[in-house]
Amino acid sequence: MANEHSSHYVAHQFDDLEQQKEAGTLGMWTFLATEILFFGGMFMAYFVYRFSYPDAFAAASHYMDILLGGINTGVLLVSSLTMALAVHAAQEGKRKQIILFLIITMVFGVTFLVIKGFEYHHKYVEHLVPGWNFEYKGPNAGKAEIYFILYFVMTGFHALHLIIGIGVLSVIAMMTARGNFTKEYYSPVEVSGLYWHFIDIVWIFLYPLLYLIHVHK
Amino acid sequence: MNGHVVSRKVYYFIFAALMVLLILTISMAYFDLGPFNVIIALVIAIIKATLVILYFMHVRYGSRVTWVFVSAGFFWLIIMFTLTMSDFVTRFSF
Amino acid sequence: MEASESTDHVNYLNNGYGVKSWLLTTDHKRIAILYLISITIFFMIGGFFALVIRLTLLSPEGTLVSADTYNKMFTMHGITMIFFFLIPSIPAVFGNFLVPMMIGARDLAFPKINLLSWYVYIVGGMFTLTAMVMGGVDTGWTFYTPFSSGYSHTNVVPTVIGVFILGFSSILTGLNFIVTIHKMRAPGLTWFRLPLFIWAHYATSVIQILGTPVIAITLALVGFERIAGVGIFDPNIGGDPILFQHLFWFYSHPAVYIMVLPAMGVVSEVVTCFSRRKLFGYRQMAFASMAIAVFGFLVWGHHMFVSGQSVYAGMAFSALSFLVAIPSAVKVFNWTATLYKGTIRFQTPVLYAFGFIGLFTIGGLTGIVLATLPVDVHVHDTYFVIAHFHYIMVGGAVMGYMAALHFWWPKMTGKLYSEGWSKLAALILFVGFNLTFFPQFILGYLGMPRRYHIYPPEFQVLNVLSTAGASILGLGYIIPFFYLMWSLRKGKTAGDNPWNAKGLEWLTSSPPPTFNFEKTPIVNEEAYAYTDGVFEEDVAGG
Ligand code: HEM
Ligand SMILES: [Cu+2]
Repeated sequence: MANEHSSHYVAHQFDDLEQQKEAGTLGMWTFLATEILFFGGMFMAYFVYRFSYPDAFAAASHYMDILLGGINTGVLLVSSLTMALAVHAAQEGKRKQIILFLIITMVFGVTFLVIKGFEYHHKYVEHLVPGWNFEYKGPNAGKAEIYFILYFVMTGFHALHLIIGIGVLSVIAMMTARGNFTKEYYSPVEVSGLYWHFIDIVWIFLYPLLYLIHVHK
Repeated sequence: MNGHVVSRKVYYFIFAALMVLLILTISMAYFDLGPFNVIIALVIAIIKATLVILYFMHVRYGSRVTWVFVSAGFFWLIIMFTLTMSDFVTRFSF
Repeated sequence: MEASESTDHVNYLNNGYGVKSWLLTTDHKRIAILYLISITIFFMIGGFFALVIRLTLLSPEGTLVSADTYNKMFTMHGITMIFFFLIPSIPAVFGNFLVPMMIGARDLAFPKINLLSWYVYIVGGMFTLTAMVMGGVDTGWTFYTPFSSGYSHTNVVPTVIGVFILGFSSILTGLNFIVTIHKMRAPGLTWFRLPLFIWAHYATSVIQILGTPVIAITLALVGFERIAGVGIFDPNIGGDPILFQHLFWFYSHPAVYIMVLPAMGVVSEVVTCFSRRKLFGYRQMAFASMAIAVFGFLVWGHHMFVSGQSVYAGMAFSALSFLVAIPSAVKVFNWTATLYKGTIRFQTPVLYAFGFIGLFTIGGLTGIVLATLPVDVHVHDTYFVIAHFHYIMVGGAVMGYMAALHFWWPKMTGKLYSEGWSKLAALILFVGFNLTFFPQFILGYLGMPRRYHIYPPEFQVLNVLSTAGASILGLGYIIPFFYLMWSLRKGKTAGDNPWNAKGLEWLTSSPPPTFNFEKTPIVNEEAYAYTDGVFEEDVAGG
């Protein structure tokens, strides 16, 4: 079996497609473990400061738009569904469906970013952007500033990942159109799907932690 | 010989569950439950994340190595959180 | 037999010439050479800073450089040596070269990502070098806030960008190793037949992928704080600098194991080969590597005993630190047991391995002293600490690196180096090292603090001794450079297996062909299947 390259999809270092596919999946999971710890550093900071300054965080979180944040959560969940359907289509070798679902997924990704953009704009108008125009009226201005720093850093890195994800998906869509994938070999579709779902998971935590701290008054 | 093919119905079902949990987490936030607000929010988030990981990301049907790596990521996160918080929760001033 | 084997077969070195064939290569062996050259350059830069440090400390008044320059010197020394030399050293050079060969694979799982990791390393290096040329940094390699974020007037931003970028090179290497070791082992090569070098690199990779992202985000936050003025660690608005230290050491304590675990892997290979013994307690050794990777993440607070961290956390971290000593001790015991009553052939690689075992033991034992909370209050931030980590990092990791360099040089280049010169250099290094750093234990215990360019005159004698030792040490590094270069042109042909070592990498020709093995090897024996005391036909060093 070794050295017998079953098709031109197999890179020289692998014995067969099976091995190549498993390597790709494991590689992505390893990378996602890295990503967990990357965002983990920010969540760590969040927990330390929320523990230390609960009141300031509660007060500052009132400036969040729960509705827009909620809609955005829904948007990402839908995009995760369509991503899963894209992989499903790939498993069945339905090329047109893959492309369709990938495009829908990207459209939802862009929608998220647009809504996020509106939210950022509101913060700018309300003078809540640390390091730029931060003027906070309530008590504990400094601690509230920490809240907003965390808000911008965490959602910012999340948005950055989303932008990268959209880029990756458009490449995959192009590769699909060129006929690079078959029923037997669609590993890149699946692997980029893992990345996309991960971005969704980060937001699943960000939404309650940043927006829903103190909704009841 | 390719990854387990899951019926589309499963995806729709999981998606519905995720949306229900989203609505649940928002509505729970409107009740004042003291410290339980955070706990409930986190538990719901963890359930949602688990659903995504197990079904959308196919870990439920994945190999043991995948399980190990997913858990390792979260396990290390827990190490970081517990040991760091062990400092912040024991800083009493006398 | 070996005489017929010359280097004119097609191999990874003569298969394509010219800059492009190197800069665009995806061959793990060529990438290893690219790394070897780059880290050697950074080692020389770091060595230059060390030279300035030691020369300044010749006199108690610190006449050579000003206080500010001195701060920059030890900062840039630490940053170059740790991030740009020691962390990539064994994994990126020897791991890259050997991991696929030891497991019978044609290449790493992701050859392009491997090349990418080298470019990422170079880009990170460029940022940091630019920062140094523009006037340097003075925060210490630890970048402690709020000094680094709010007060230092030096080039912190390009430096942290450089280290941030560099981190991804380390992550990509680790990722590649993990996938390769999981998925690409030759038929019959089960987990418990793997050479311990592979186990060590697996454990190292786990630390790299789980630790490195944390320092990346932490330094990014420091960068934001400086660029945008968003003070997440700024005490003025309620930020907590101790949080920075937690995040920093969450990576940086495990990072010392990134440096030392691969060296331990090297020592296991070398010790067995030169004593012709099976390794004593193979499984324990494999588990100890993994245990170190996990326990290494539980002890970081021992760097923060006097930082303002809660005493209760300090006590927990102190106790946990003792725990991590256990697997390290297991390793030292097992190497010793392997050597015990062995017929040892004293050639250069094993001399370095001995150096590792002895010096790492001293470094480790003083580590326990430091991890004892009340003792550390006395010796924290003194030269005792400096001596401790140099025993680990230079006495341990760099010795392991030298052992690897001498053990696999014939495989990598197809040439033998001079036996006499290499033994002399090993001796000089050992003497020079101890003369440099042993006095620093005493200095530290007597109370000389680190990171000052002046000191009370009664410390001068020991400091002069240390600088004298450093000169000898420096010589010990320069000699190998020359005889290794010389061996490339004039060295005797090495043959495929000059040490009669076991292990798949020795089945290939020297230098190995581009895809390593013509036919995927099939493994049906344990690692280190040496016959006690039998050297077979001696070839090298005869
Ligand atoms: C080759 C001969 C070497 C000499 C003579 C030397 C000398 C020194 C001295 C004197 C200091 C103390 C500076 C101070 O705090 O005032 C120091 C610090 C340090 N050295 Fe070395 N060193 C050498 C090699 C290395 C190597 C190979 C490494 C790395 C792996 C290394 C890593 C460090 C680190 C991390 C520090 C701490 C920097 C700080 O205080 O922030 N050194 N070295
Ligand atoms: Cu440590």
